[in-house]
Amino acid sequence: MKEIAIRYTPVVLLLALWELASRSGLVSQDVLPSVTSVSVRLWQLCAGGEMLSNISASMLRLVSGLGLGIIVGSILGFALASSAIVQKMAQPSLTFLYPLPKSALIPVIIIWLGFGHSAQIAVIFLGCLLPIVLGAYNGARSAESTLVWSARSLGANSIEAEWHVIIPAALPDLLAGVRVALALSFVLLISSEMLGAQRGMGFLIAFLGDGGDYAGMFASAFVITAIGFAADRAYLAIYHYLLRYREA
Amino acid sequence: MTNTKIKFANVEFTYAPANGRAVKALDNVNLDVAKDEFVSIVGPSGCGKSTLLYLLGGFLPLVQGEISVDGRKIAKPGPDRGIVFQHFALFPWKTVRQNVLYGLERKSMDTAQRAELAQKYIDLVKLTGFEDSWPAQLSGGMKQRVAIARTLVTDPDVLLMDEPFGALDAQNRGILQEELLAIWGSTRKTVLFVTHDVHEAVLLSDRVVVMSARPGRIKKTLPIDLPRPRGPDVNRSPRFVDYCQEIWDLVREEALAASGVKT
Repeated sequence: MKEIAIRYTPVVLLLALWELASRSGLVSQDVLPSVTSVSVRLWQLCAGGEMLSNISASMLRLVSGLGLGIIVGSILGFALASSAIVQKMAQPSLTFLYPLPKSALIPVIIIWLGFGHSAQIAVIFLGCLLPIVLGAYNGARSAESTLVWSARSLGANSIEAEWHVIIPAALPDLLAGVRVALALSFVLLISSEMLGAQRGMGFLIAFLGDGGDYAGMFASAFVITAIGFAADRAYLAIYHYLLRYREA
Repeated sequence: MTNTKIKFANVEFTYAPANGRAVKALDNVNLDVAKDEFVSIVGPSGCGKSTLLYLLGGFLPLVQGEISVDGRKIAKPGPDRGIVFQHFALFPWKTVRQNVLYGLERKSMDTAQRAELAQKYIDLVKLTGFEDSWPAQLSGGMKQRVAIARTLVTDPDVLLMDEPFGALDAQNRGILQEELLAIWGSTRKTVLFVTHDVHEAVLLSDRVVVMSARPGRIKKTLPIDLPRPRGPDVNRSPRFVDYCQEIWDLVREEALAASGVKT
């Protein structure tokens, strides 16, 4: 109980201060709408259904882009780790892609793919790819050869040994890469939707902001933050469950 | 020898890393191991004794020479040659029971038979009650017991042991040595045992092979003529002490040669 009080007192104080600053006119209501007005707009947007339809559009893109990134990235990472030729061929592209700010791709991809779901999915996919490839690659390389040898001498053929040893051995690094990708995917989702979408939380934030509905804008930003937070927590729970064998 | 189990004939091996100098690890190794014999290989660090095991295990590609088990050339790893590594090499994501079951997955028996057999070997290495523990929850000695059970459960003819007790403290090492002797006495396997520990080699073996400094050759093979079963008092017998001294002198000669010191 005391623990909770210590943790959340600053949050409550911050909200109170925000409300006070806005109400007292210290900061203009236009720039910083009060907590209560944001809450009211949040309720209205939810009740009116705008929130849900935009959330579902965003989540569809996020899950598709990230899911595709996980599948393709894992395969690519494992292929890189297992074949010197693949590694040689892919290295220059990856090295070049690494420092590129992925949001720089947004305008180009919108030109290519238009304003539908596919542009956002492509941006998220490309942005998520690298941390996942690197996670799978580093993880697979970290597999100890004595583990593979043990599997082989216990009767596994070379393909079975790969499945039974390399993949679980790579899991900690791969899962860490996916967590980075998850955080990145939210950033890319919102920024790509702000630039070129007719639906989605990024679109909603930009649209309400352009229309001067700052309370609504704050409410939408709060919702996507909460979703991002919940997604990370849920992911961490899965992460700890899958790697529970390490936490002895 | 008519009952030769393992045969190394003119085995050479060179490590050739992609970027780096090639190192010749083994040079013209010839060794016959009889069925059910317990042979230890000792030698200075880097003499290629583990390489010899890995070649027999089929983990490294043999280019020069020939290794055969029961007269058949070995080409790849197989469950006829079980191995126990110094650092256990347990699957950390599998429980004790799942580790022991791994080698049985490909055997034609039903689930109940598998479970029964796994339990038998878990009991044999005295880990009853730890079936559902993760390896990370076990001490070094217990991990190595799991590794031994995991290897024995598939009933390999040949047991390869790569400094299996090298990472354990003295008490655990002593206990596991005794238990290994007891297990070997009851299951009878051909054992090739690599170690740094001369005392351990004499205690366990029918023969001790001393290897030279790199590139490893067989310097001398000594039959250990001590009665079995070897109880805890065996290491106080004068014969035991003499064997240790003789082998230790041979190993030291090579270790000094390896470090460039003239004897």
